[in-house]
Amino acid sequence: MTMTMTDLTIRPFEVHMPDADLADLRRRIAATRWPPRELVTDRSQGVQLATLQALVTYWGTGYDWRACEAKLNALPQFTTKIDGLDIHFIHVKSAHENALPLIITHGWPGSVIEMLGVIGPLTDPAAHGGHPEDAFDLVIPSLPGYGFSAAPKSAGWDPGRTARAWAELMSRLGYTRYVAQGGDVGAGVCDAMAIQAPDGLAGIHLNFLRRPPLEVVAALLGRAPVPKGFTEQERAALAAFGAQARKGYNVEQGQSPQTIGYPLTDSPAGLAAWMLEHDTDSYEKISRAFTGGPPSGGLTRDHVVDNITLYWLTATATPAARMYWEGGRSTAAAAAGHPPPEVSLPVAFTVFPGEIYQAPRSWAEKVYPNLIYFHQADRGGHFAAWEEPALFAAELRAAFRSLR
Amino acid sequence: MASKTAIRPFHVSIAEEALADLRRRIAAWRPPEREPVDDQSQSVQLATVQELASYWATEYDWRRCEAKLNALPQFMTSIDGLDVHFIHVRSPHEDALPLIVSHGWPGSVIEQLKIIEPLTSPAEHGGSASDAFDVVIPSLPGYGFSGKPAATGWDPDRIAAAWAVLMQRLGYPRYVAQGGDWGTAITAAMGRQAPDGLIGIHVNFAQMMPLAILGHIRNGEPAPADLSDAEKRAYEQVAFATYHRGYGVIQGTRPQTIGYSLADAPVGLAAWLLDHDTATYEHLAQLFAGGPYGAITRDDWLDNTSLYWLTNTPTSAARLYWQQAVTGRNFYAPADVSLPAAVTVFPEEYVQAPRNWTEKAYPNLIYFSEAGKGGHFAAWEQPQLFAEELRAAFRTLR
Repeated sequence: MTMTMTDLTIRPFEVHMPDADLADLRRRIAATRWPPRELVTDRSQGVQLATLQALVTYWGTGYDWRACEAKLNALPQFTTKIDGLDIHFIHVKSAHENALPLIITHGWPGSVIEMLGVIGPLTDPAAHGGHPEDAFDLVIPSLPGYGFSAAPKSAGWDPGRTARAWAELMSRLGYTRYVAQGGDVGAGVCDAMAIQAPDGLAGIHLNFLRRPPLEVVAALLGRAPVPKGFTEQERAALAAFGAQARKGYNVEQGQSPQTIGYPLTDSPAGLAAWMLEHDTDSYEKISRAFTGGPPSGGLTRDHVVDNITLYWLTATATPAARMYWEGGRSTAAAAAGHPPPEVSLPVAFTVFPGEIYQAPRSWAEKVYPNLIYFHQADRGGHFAAWEEPALFAAELRAAFRSLR
Repeated sequence: MASKTAIRPFHVSIAEEALADLRRRIAAWRPPEREPVDDQSQSVQLATVQELASYWATEYDWRRCEAKLNALPQFMTSIDGLDVHFIHVRSPHEDALPLIVSHGWPGSVIEQLKIIEPLTSPAEHGGSASDAFDVVIPSLPGYGFSGKPAATGWDPDRIAAAWAVLMQRLGYPRYVAQGGDWGTAITAAMGRQAPDGLIGIHVNFAQMMPLAILGHIRNGEPAPADLSDAEKRAYEQVAFATYHRGYGVIQGTRPQTIGYSLADAPVGLAAWLLDHDTATYEHLAQLFAGGPYGAITRDDWLDNTSLYWLTNTPTSAARLYWQQAVTGRNFYAPADVSLPAAVTVFPEEYVQAPRNWTEKAYPNLIYFSEAGKGGHFAAWEQPQLFAEELRAAFRTLR
């Protein structure tokens, strides 16, 4: 008789990239061969040459990865094997005894680096304009295939499987009652967690509505007309959501993650451009940080380049892009089968004004009947936690107050 | 004034340093992890790219391609402010019909090299002297050795107008035009413009989807129930090509963004060019695994890839998609050509044009043929068959 032992070990983790990899990166940056300048004076042909040259010049000459490493290594980091895959996570416990455990999931083209600014305000609220009773214990994992988590060797790591891994992670950490938060891909993972409703999960907070109501999906897929009585806001949301779904990066990563992976793994400039090509609001803010304007909150030059460098040094552009392929497959399978069971868990939602679409309250209520909090923030976009960490933390405090 | 319309001889001579740099970059290639699937469902597979990169770095010889090109009469002339490169081979036969052939993406004049002899010297290639053509093969603006437009506006209509100037400048008062891929859009635009001297066209990609049907595709709807099987197949093929081919979507909206990758990473560029349509990719995967792909060899394919790299034209070439989206017609909309038009449908082309829709799109359809073999790169893959199609297509116009 053989026994399969599940390795539950949680191992401390530190980041130490070899000098040779940093030297190779600098060499490649110095050897960048540029395309001709775009033929337009705006963003309509994509990432502008002046922006990208400013970014790459800073990356090659002024930027210091070791400072990012030191910042990461100042935090408690771990890895543990779940469902056969090594998962990397940051785990910061609050000094406050009744802190609420919270697992935050990043998205694409992000990483745990997006979330570093919210750690202080969430774990130590009293030092950041809040009250000790609003404290959280924080768990910030790297998605499978992202950053320091391992890349899956076989297909199937969709948001649903990731959600089950997160529940296992929280249970392995000894948390019996916790909440989850996410935007972008992270919103998909949190939605799946809410559907699965594992023991201990008390509620979720989203800053992106990844799964709009069925009639909206049907209208987006052309299977049904735009529902009668849609407000102007709902029509605008439908148009913006549809436009994002049809964007080139989205289609390419959803259909051909391996193809785009070849240049992104081999060209730092190509990778940087691809990662800037997400949405207009964040592009303009990030572009400003490199072309002399004031950075928008936490979207500073160093923060942006930290994140791009993480993708480069871990060579994860390809496995990260695959999450779109996986997400597309599982969405199509779900659309062909039965709609997911109704979510009865408490759900909180914040709409940030620069987000790629402004989710109407009516949609959030339809997907999440137990909507305990819905708020429109004043500032912030797709990378809300990164850009406006204090505001983001204030939203999470308010969102989860009734669940403590 | 003469200098403005001058036709200058042209020779290809890439600097040794550029070739050394290319080899260095391929040797320093940093591959991604292997795809976690056993098929092409995540697109271009690592094993194929590894074979390609290894062959490109160690056995491939660009100078052989250069010699092949330089053995042909090549020229450069400035039209509408842009340097246009073209191959111009006159037939030894006096009554040869002048023909201008336009390539597409991800191709170049290199696609058309194998049809030059069968078209200019048909008697030595299974035809008769009366089927001879004088052949003009230009590089599209932003492609290969043609200039890179410095301003927007070079859509298929503008290219078509430039081609008419070129044929006039070459002294051809009576000629025909041919194209597939982007070449079909350019050739159809020539047909609509009907410049003096153009007497007919042949395309190996028919633009024929009725506007009302395209409207359903634009709305993301399933195929209307009353379509025939052939129409339904074309509907599915166009719908897929419109929304699910990432390279087309990104080149149509953000050519600059992908341009950084393709200008800097030769293996990344090579992978990108492999990812055109399913049938072509499957052939190319077999080719680099040692199998055949019609007349196309590994060297041929890498000649084309190297041309994109050495001229640093992926971005300027990709911009044609953007320009089309901004000022052009829908690529799949009916060509609306009233000049005599001939169409060959190759069985592995990514859209199979139904005859009834083709007849409506080209009201003066003088020839419609469904070839027995061949795909998107028909002239390259099946040059003999392709030449026979052109002979048959244009016979009544001589």
